[in-house]
Amino acid sequence: MAGDKTGGRVVLVTGGSRGIGLACARRFQALGDRVAITYRRAAVPEPAGADPDSPPLVAVSCDVTDPAQVEAAFENVEKTLGPVEVLVANAGITKDMLLLRMKEESWSEVIDTNLTGVYRTVRRALGPMVRAHGGRIVIVSSVVGFLGSPGQVNYGASKAGLVGLARSLAREVGSRGITVNVVAPGMVDTDMIAALGDQRADQLRSMVPLGRAATPDEVAGAVVFLSSDDAAYVTGAVLPVDGGLAMGL
Amino acid sequence: MSDVATFEKFKACAVEVLQVPEDKVVLEARFGDDLDADSLDLVELVMALEEAFDVTVEESELENIETVGQAYTLISNKL
Repeated sequence: MAGDKTGGRVVLVTGGSRGIGLACARRFQALGDRVAITYRRAAVPEPAGADPDSPPLVAVSCDVTDPAQVEAAFENVEKTLGPVEVLVANAGITKDMLLLRMKEESWSEVIDTNLTGVYRTVRRALGPMVRAHGGRIVIVSSVVGFLGSPGQVNYGASKAGLVGLARSLAREVGSRGITVNVVAPGMVDTDMIAALGDQRADQLRSMVPLGRAATPDEVAGAVVFLSSDDAAYVTGAVLPVDGGLAMGL
Repeated sequence: MSDVATFEKFKACAVEVLQVPEDKVVLEARFGDDLDADSLDLVELVMALEEAFDVTVEESELENIETVGQAYTLISNKL
């Protein structure tokens, strides 16, 4: 069983059943880490993309808008794998529409998942990290938090908010050897981009200096770096992985 | 639990969380000056005490708590 393995860190990726989250989970697995993911709707499509030699992903159902589910998910992971040493706060949703049409419900739902959901998961993960005098927190934001995007007032606000959260927390827990960093992906080939439609996707692609969308794995590479020993002196940083889309912002 | 036993338990929490020698945890000791504890240490200590004594401490109760004696009184009054 995975918990018997002595090597590797315990990594938890929220929203890890697909897209960027799943790509992160696979990368950590390949490094020999013990990896758990949370999912809300679909569990992991095993064994797609999995190295047959890695231990299975521990998949835990968790809606990050529910504090009780967050608590239960952490208890589950702690029991199965041990205290979380690396947290990737990735779970996020969109509810796009122009502000004039945006009901308070759509605003609240996105903020509650993308911003308050990270508050909940990070807060729960932090106690054991503080006691262990070490840990890595990587928060997945978005280029939209800096560049803006029509129809994404709620999403953009939530993703910009994550930067303030991360930087404040980085100052709180730096003395304990815990780093808190942000990855800001641009256009990434995921279900979230597919939902935008071809026209908007083409328009976005034309704005990217590298002229293409990222693969989820390319974002995962940045997340893994910020979680690594090589990034021990990096905290409060925002690392854009956007093909140059928002450079300078 | 006797007062002595309660204080011993309190002291054990402080020694473990703040990583200080037992003989420095005396009622007059100031967390900042004498025990070299920062704000995060104090939050950790409060959480450890809440767990050890099965009590709840509100943020507002922590205002003006500067010495071991004040913290001990706060906790022991809840038992």
